[in-house]
Amino acid sequence: MVEHRPWNDIIAYAILTLGVFIVAFPVYLALIASTHDAGTVVGGNMPLSTGGHTLENYYRAVFVGGSRTAREPVGHLLLNSFISATGIAVGKIFISILSAYAVVYFRFPFRKAAFWIIFVTLMLPVEVRIYPTYKVVSDLHMLDTYAGLILPLIASATGTLLFRQFFMTIPDELLEASRIDGAGPFRFFWDTLLPLSVTTIAALFVIQFIYGWNQYLWPLLITTQDSMQTIVTGIKKMLTTTDELAEWQLAMATAVLAMVPPVAVVVFMQRLFVRGLVETEK
Amino acid sequence: MANVTLRDVRKTYAGGFEAIKGIGFEVGDGQFCVLVGPSGCGKSTLLRMVAGLETITSGEIDIGGRIVNQIEPAERDIAMVFQNYALYPHMSVYNNMAYGLRNRRMPEPEIDTRVQEAARILELAAMLDRKPRQLSGGQRQRVAMGRAIVRQPKVFLFDEPLSNLDAKLRIAMRVEIRKLQRRLQTTAIYVTHDQLEAMTLADILVVMNGGQVEQIGNPLEIYQKPATTFVASFIGAPPMNLMPLRGDEIKAQFAGERRAASEAGILGIRPEDFVISSDSIAGGIALDLNVEAIERVGAETFIYGTRQHAIQGIAANPGELPPGEVIVRIPGADAPGIGERIRAIAPRGKLHLFSADGRQRIDL
Repeated sequence: MVEHRPWNDIIAYAILTLGVFIVAFPVYLALIASTHDAGTVVGGNMPLSTGGHTLENYYRAVFVGGSRTAREPVGHLLLNSFISATGIAVGKIFISILSAYAVVYFRFPFRKAAFWIIFVTLMLPVEVRIYPTYKVVSDLHMLDTYAGLILPLIASATGTLLFRQFFMTIPDELLEASRIDGAGPFRFFWDTLLPLSVTTIAALFVIQFIYGWNQYLWPLLITTQDSMQTIVTGIKKMLTTTDELAEWQLAMATAVLAMVPPVAVVVFMQRLFVRGLVETEK
Repeated sequence: MANVTLRDVRKTYAGGFEAIKGIGFEVGDGQFCVLVGPSGCGKSTLLRMVAGLETITSGEIDIGGRIVNQIEPAERDIAMVFQNYALYPHMSVYNNMAYGLRNRRMPEPEIDTRVQEAARILELAAMLDRKPRQLSGGQRQRVAMGRAIVRQPKVFLFDEPLSNLDAKLRIAMRVEIRKLQRRLQTTAIYVTHDQLEAMTLADILVVMNGGQVEQIGNPLEIYQKPATTFVASFIGAPPMNLMPLRGDEIKAQFAGERRAASEAGILGIRPEDFVISSDSIAGGIALDLNVEAIERVGAETFIYGTRQHAIQGIAANPGELPPGEVIVRIPGADAPGIGERIRAIAPRGKLHLFSADGRQRIDL
């Protein structure tokens, strides 16, 4: 039974509003803090309205970097983050779509075993295998390189699993029709499977881009030069000061900037895959 | 244009299950062959073996004088229409038809000619830019047909192409398929479980059961002279009435025949061969029935009765009548009431007799 009582609605909305407030307030605070000068932020009485240092703070964050500790400007960190997150997302999609294709459509010895080995790696995130991974990466001289930031993170059981499930919903007749139409394995993949996977790829891209963007431990470990830092590690280093005031206003501006690309990806790609979901019917 | 010849074709799956147990027949150039049988009888498997989608365990399949056992589907010069059409959902109707030709590196102008021609024949010309999801079931079916036509193959293979359509459309498409095949003069093999489709489409009808051929022949011949009780009950709707008889009953019924008198057998009578009459009929058979149910379909009426002196029955197979039940088909809508007693008679020439195991027809 669905009952329509005004009180129920009011309570529901009150709880939702509270939830939104809890999530949104820190973000709002960061936004506000990034518009004041250092003194105001550190002073302890944070105003709830914007201050007059917006342009100055953002300009310094993006192009100059912190004054007291010689740090990279955020513009460069953003670029690093963008390259590694995109690399991770694209790499993961590339690897997992191919491995799922192999696991679903090809009969080869130990196919089941191969699938289970991939599946088991779900239990081995970077944090668990961090020492051996570090060792491998350093032996390959990939410390402080984009390859070092990207490659160890692109193997993805999640992606393989997602594509596998999707491929299994594609009727076998489509493969058979392709075979009769003279399409070999590569053509079938390129002409049929890939176009049908666009929405899955978009969904995976969103998830993996954010996963890549939010990496903290791994970049922290393998980057020693400031010029190779990602923005997430960069924020942390901004606040590590010995005897001076941390430049909170710049850190907040950086945090706000760090939020923009993932949000943009979600907003843009979500539109793509919602459209895909609405249009696709089988 | 080609003959298709199957020679002792067998299929055994890895688990040891024998799906096709040695089948051989020939489809002549331009003929329409229908494989019919209940689900699980191996008819689709056999078709897929001709297409090259299933491997052949032993035996030979010959298309147009070439043994194709080891040849890839694309190289066999066949085209297949699938039950669910298997259209490429992301391609337009035009591209769906052109795809196979492009893979063969046919020049684009020629592709265009063929696709336009097929679209004209199938009345799809206005929809060439649409995606399959924007089409109705019947239109999708026609696109699937178009994809087969543009290839100009030696053989068309149809795997229950009409079973996803509603009844009315199915009949219309059935006629269209037949007309199209006649016009193109292309050899066709068509799989269906619908005996009506089988009867109306086939030049050669192959009735299959349990991975084996029960009977091959002209559809009318099969209807008139079914070789086994399986064929008798599968071809024709409602099914033929089958009544097991003891040896002495057969002796009494068919006195003076050359047939060995004391063997038990199965008597078969088609529902439409009965006449309701109080007379008895010389040499024929008369059954006294209790009317249990009546089905009026307008032009004809089906009477379901039970025999009063029940002959002890054998267990019914799927598709057969329960022992003791008899269906009588009479023209028009005039029928006796439920509970009435009627006498149904059938002339001598309309009786079918089979051996007791149902595997053999005994000519009277």
